[in-house]
Amino acid sequence: MDQRSRDRIHWHCRRGLLELDLVLERFVARHLDTLTAGQTEVFKELLAYEDNDLLDMVMGRAEPVNESLTAVLEMMRTV
Amino acid sequence: MGIARRQFDAVVVGAGGSGLRAALQLAESNLKVAVLSKVFPTRSHTVAAQGGVSASLGNEEPDNWHWHMYDTVKGSDYLGDQDAIEFMCRKACDAVVELEHYGMPFDRLDNGKIYQRPFGGHTSNYGERAIKRACAAADRTGHAMLHTLYQRNVRAHTQFFVEWMALDLIRNQQGDVLGVVALEMETGEVMILQSKATLLATGGAGRIYSASTNAFINTGDGLGMAARAGIPLEDMEFWQFHPTGVAGAGVLITEGVRGEGGFLLNKNGERFMERYAPTVKDLASRDVVARAMATEIKEGRGAGKDGEYILLKLDHLGADVIDKRLPGIREIAKKFANVDPATDPIPVVPTCHYQMGGVPTNVQGQAVMPDGKGGEKIVKGLYAAGECACVSVHGANRLGTNSLLDLLVFGKSAGQQVVKDIAAEVVSMPDLPADAADKTMARLTRLDTATTGERVSDVGGEMRRTMQAHCGVFRFPDSMAEGVKKMLAVAERAKSTFIQDKSKVFNTARVEALELDNLIEVALSTMISANARQESRGAHDRSDFPNRDDKNWMKHSLWFKDGNRLEYKAVQLKPLTVESFEPKARVY
Ligand SMILES: Cc1cc2nc3c(=O)[nH]c(=O)nc-3n(C[C@H](O)[C@H](O)[C@H](O)COP(=O)(O)OP(=O)(O)OC[C@H]3O[C@@H](n4cnc5c(N)ncnc54)[C@H](O)[C@@H]3O)c2cc1C
Repeated sequence: MDQRSRDRIHWHCRRGLLELDLVLERFVARHLDTLTAGQTEVFKELLAYEDNDLLDMVMGRAEPVNESLTAVLEMMRTV
Repeated sequence: MGIARRQFDAVVVGAGGSGLRAALQLAESNLKVAVLSKVFPTRSHTVAAQGGVSASLGNEEPDNWHWHMYDTVKGSDYLGDQDAIEFMCRKACDAVVELEHYGMPFDRLDNGKIYQRPFGGHTSNYGERAIKRACAAADRTGHAMLHTLYQRNVRAHTQFFVEWMALDLIRNQQGDVLGVVALEMETGEVMILQSKATLLATGGAGRIYSASTNAFINTGDGLGMAARAGIPLEDMEFWQFHPTGVAGAGVLITEGVRGEGGFLLNKNGERFMERYAPTVKDLASRDVVARAMATEIKEGRGAGKDGEYILLKLDHLGADVIDKRLPGIREIAKKFANVDPATDPIPVVPTCHYQMGGVPTNVQGQAVMPDGKGGEKIVKGLYAAGECACVSVHGANRLGTNSLLDLLVFGKSAGQQVVKDIAAEVVSMPDLPADAADKTMARLTRLDTATTGERVSDVGGEMRRTMQAHCGVFRFPDSMAEGVKKMLAVAERAKSTFIQDKSKVFNTARVEALELDNLIEVALSTMISANARQESRGAHDRSDFPNRDDKNWMKHSLWFKDGNRLEYKAVQLKPLTVESFEPKARVY
């Protein structure tokens, strides 16, 4: 992934909820470099969610409607 | 001048609750409005507000704005301006009902009216007992507010500039504000947005502390912009802290944990609150608990490798009770503190939560500053609302749920004033001086060409540690004096930051370096204003001056970047129509 795409993702990890800032910061540090192209697309899709909806999924209080999101979400849940 | 330029009637910097409320007023008056935001509007920090928004609707029990006013004046520890507080409390019901009509999904009573719940510091009949005054949309009040206002703005054709960062205000020789210089993150290009009116709604700057509940975007950009443009910052020594944020993360652990029987321990395993508050112990008020924690840490009894935190023990409650009475706490502790509170204590520290100070404004949201002749003047063309503004309704201490109210009331009144000023041609499309963007460009050029220097993360880390250690929830004179020296040194280092990545397109390193410039102004203003204020009032709590001193200190601080100079201005004790609330001891 080139630096510009990384930066764009990095910025979309800037959220209104501190909890998400923290989880996403960890996720990016640990996983971004090794995500497959497909996983990267899923990650971007997750980032497009509203803050509270995303946090609910990350904290396991809600499940994604779309099963294709589950695997990457599971990585976010465990970082 | 080679910089692109666009013209608008009004530029609003910030798309949180206050910016959106103001923009709506402008767009619905058919003005050409640009709203800039670093992030998508509904990702503004307002989304984090859960507790609710206060209004004396009286849907649950009798209530009135005058009681609300009393609570707010008392809560402010008599540093709030009583005209502004009357203005806000009187307008609260209309503001909330208006939002309801815009479609805000408030929780409701069986009779269809808006449901209300109690919140700390809100009382009936001038302090008699707790009252239900907070209106909420489940635990998503801020989220719902942002969505409601955003939709409404889209309908009114407000023009959004998302992922645009305002860098500086443009002022002319007379001191009038003529617009902003802004950076489009996608292209990295700089543009001048020229406007009759510029409204700052950039939110708080809680990220100056290492322990903060604020999201990473809360870097006080509007305050930095104002300070660099020669506009003072008011009451910056006043920051509200929450006693129990997760150490190293900032995520809040609800006070309910202590309510259910959890208690605090120092590194020796001592339940130290027994010494500070022998009867109520861990259930003492927020400030007492936070002060005791800060004292334990300062005196070397903190836990952790650097003695930097306190332990919140609740395992004795048992997993079942924790799960039943404190839902979500185990998940939060596991995720952000890496401990399961059913077996191990949670490391916690007093954590910065809300900024009471900001850009000085009047109730119409017009920025004001000393006129140099003992009076006050309006800064033509500049307005501010929300957490970045200091009206001042929160004084030395904000009451919970009053800040969402502040966004609605003063967002609207600032918007109305802009409409009025444009109609009356008090403000008009200004001529730009030739050097409008020079200072900003010089700042960017330095950053873009520097080949060595300080790392942004190093300087930022040093700033946060300095503020946390030397200007935290409880302030010690020797430590503050040292903190001033350290902050001045950190500010010097910040002048020579350096970034490796020199590209223009979506360069977040560049953005973060520019954010740091703003944080530094906020941190300096806080440190210097705090060191100078020789009393304890509201959130400013000093070990050497434990009492409030109305004779000498019932006044607002104004910090000027130029020379780190302080001036003071009187508190407005006279409300608009009612009798003044005379200062009393603030006991609950
Ligand atoms: C965890 C938490 C819970 C809270 N709960 C409550 C509550 O229940 N009730 C209550 O009354 N208050 C609560 N508060 C306080 C309240 O949420 C905030 O004071 C309020 O939301 C601030 O709103 P704002 O519009 O001033 O700024 P924000 O919502 O912070 O918005 C700032 C906006 O400015 C933009 N911006 C910033 N800098 C720039 C720049 N340079 N260029 C362009 N755009 C920029 C951002 O992108 C954003 O859109 C809570 C605070 C926290 C931290």
